[in-house]
Amino acid sequence: MSKKDKVFTVKVRRDFCKGCGLCIEFCKKEVLGTSAKLNRMGYNPAEPVKPEACIGCMMCTQVCPDLAIEVYSG
Amino acid sequence: MELINNWPKYYKKDVVTHYCPGCGHGIVHRIIAELLEEMDLGKQAYLVCPAGCAVLAYHYFDFDVIESAHGRGTAIATGAKRAKPELFVISYQGDGDLSAIGTAETIHSANRGENISVVFINNAVYGMTGGQMAPTSILGQSTTTSPDGRNPEVDGYPLHITDVVANFPGVAYAERVTVASPAAIKKTKKAIRNAFQTQVDGLGYSIVEVLSPCPTNWKMTPVQSCKWIEEEMVKEYKPGLLTDKREERRKDRAC
Amino acid sequence: MSGNHCIAEAAIRAGCRCYFGYPITPQNELGEYMAANIRKVGGVFLQSESETAAINMVIGAASVGTRVMTSSSSPGISLKQEGLSFLAGFEFPAVIVNMMRGGPGLGNIAPAQGDYFQSTRGGGHGDYRTPVLAPASVQELADLTVKAFALADEYRTPILLLGDGMMGQMKEPVVFPEPLSELPEKPWALKGRGDGASRYQASLILDGLAMERHNWKLVRKYKEMAEKETLCELYMMDDADFAVVAYGTTARIAKGAIKRARKEGLKVGLVRPVTLFPFPDKILQKVAHQVKSFLVFEMSTGQMVEDVRLALCESQVEVSFHGRPGGVIPTPIEFSRVIHRYYRRMHK
Repeated sequence: MSKKDKVFTVKVRRDFCKGCGLCIEFCKKEVLGTSAKLNRMGYNPAEPVKPEACIGCMMCTQVCPDLAIEVYSG
Repeated sequence: MELINNWPKYYKKDVVTHYCPGCGHGIVHRIIAELLEEMDLGKQAYLVCPAGCAVLAYHYFDFDVIESAHGRGTAIATGAKRAKPELFVISYQGDGDLSAIGTAETIHSANRGENISVVFINNAVYGMTGGQMAPTSILGQSTTTSPDGRNPEVDGYPLHITDVVANFPGVAYAERVTVASPAAIKKTKKAIRNAFQTQVDGLGYSIVEVLSPCPTNWKMTPVQSCKWIEEEMVKEYKPGLLTDKREERRKDRAC
Repeated sequence: MSGNHCIAEAAIRAGCRCYFGYPITPQNELGEYMAANIRKVGGVFLQSESETAAINMVIGAASVGTRVMTSSSSPGISLKQEGLSFLAGFEFPAVIVNMMRGGPGLGNIAPAQGDYFQSTRGGGHGDYRTPVLAPASVQELADLTVKAFALADEYRTPILLLGDGMMGQMKEPVVFPEPLSELPEKPWALKGRGDGASRYQASLILDGLAMERHNWKLVRKYKEMAEKETLCELYMMDDADFAVVAYGTTARIAKGAIKRARKEGLKVGLVRPVTLFPFPDKILQKVAHQVKSFLVFEMSTGQMVEDVRLALCESQVEVSFHGRPGGVIPTPIEFSRVIHRYYRRMHK
């Protein structure tokens, strides 16, 4: 299976996210957006809004200062 | 489903740092933890964390860490590395720490060519104390102690300390990078890897200056902060390799 | 052997394997001896860019479990106070030598005892003390250097070895102890996590209650040292009704003066504190039952005299003071005249 055909799933660990928005800014496929609900720390965390568009480029995990994003393949 | 980005082995499991949203420290911390795992250096690692926002880094790193007085990181690192050369010694410092109060320690540890690696976080401001002017604040930059902007007639000019030490024969590797974009972060990781390898190879002092956002004290959003680095800060502090004398040092060692 | 050389040799024999220092008179011979000799046993000598850097290098070497020393003289010791406070906070063992000179400011390079307060009170910021050993002969410089390393490791604290320009330059025969072959284990030292759990060392304790606990822990340690480690020499005190109190160089001068006074029939003795912190309060209190008067003798305007008065505040004995600050070294003849004066006053 080539990388192209792979399916990726991005998950945001809500209570680890401080809502800085860097992942949203740098995701080329606009997979991520801001959650309307506050998390435990009182931030509006990021959340996948177009999960199916994820191509597993890992830009979001690169820029996340809080290791709040997990990307799964398959 | 398989997790691609595993939690770094040398980062404490599931910590939430005290850093503000969008702070660059978290990114650089992750890079250090990842590199110690990839380069198999975590077991003998000894990191000196500074007085400054990163003073609590020992709550996040899962390898041996000591705290230092303000500015003294490379003196402590020198003492530890000289006493136990088998340790892998990193001094993690901010701009106030490394280029103001610790200038003497920085200059002389670099000039002695101490076999240590320095990670220098330059966010052009004193973060922990609430946003005062740093030696690295750029001209015109408004801070709590330069409310009308940094004025060279009063405050002098931004200090390019990494460029200064890069000229020293004892400094084997010096590079300036940023964490303002995913591509820049990849370069940062590569630079810190080179710095770490310099120490592993026993070639002398290595330093990586990271232009890093401080959204809280810059009074910007994290995204604006990254743009400010890429549009303003890099004009003063040009990213790139400042010196690479590793081959020279290797030849010296071989002689 | 000179006092400064003697300390360096004793330190190497005591297992000191790192020395960091910055030149300052009158203790340069110590660093020079280290530069010539510590590397022969696989140790590290490094001339630092400042006293501040030196003491922080000491912190680095101490943190990984190495026996480490630095030395300086008064103005340089002031610069080291930041690191002394951190060493106390971290609870790291280290030996710091101060060969005192005249002050304040640059002062001069002659022997003086003006750093007593700075040494015994914990000269840096925060709530701590530094145990202080005050030798009075070259032999004792050797013995107390070895002891300083042992105490530092046992109690996990920086130890000050307090001499002066005279102690450092003075030459006397000395018998060194055999080099130590085994040093105590330091399970707390940072040696890399290896296969175990990671550790950290910090003096930052943001929680007030935890900081308070740490402060009281240090106090318990000092109390334990006061009980077990207080050292004091009594000289010609058996039948004395008048006691001189002096340490280090002034104690040597006092001994000469006391010998003269004894020949002239005065029942004078010497109480010589060897540990200045912990201070030998109890011994002084015991002596107070025997003598009518104390005369404290220092090469300062009066510092240790305050500790003597504190120790004796509940007794009725008189405490007088004679001081020669500024780097002036009084002679035994001069001091024996002072003893006569106070002795006559006591018997009036």
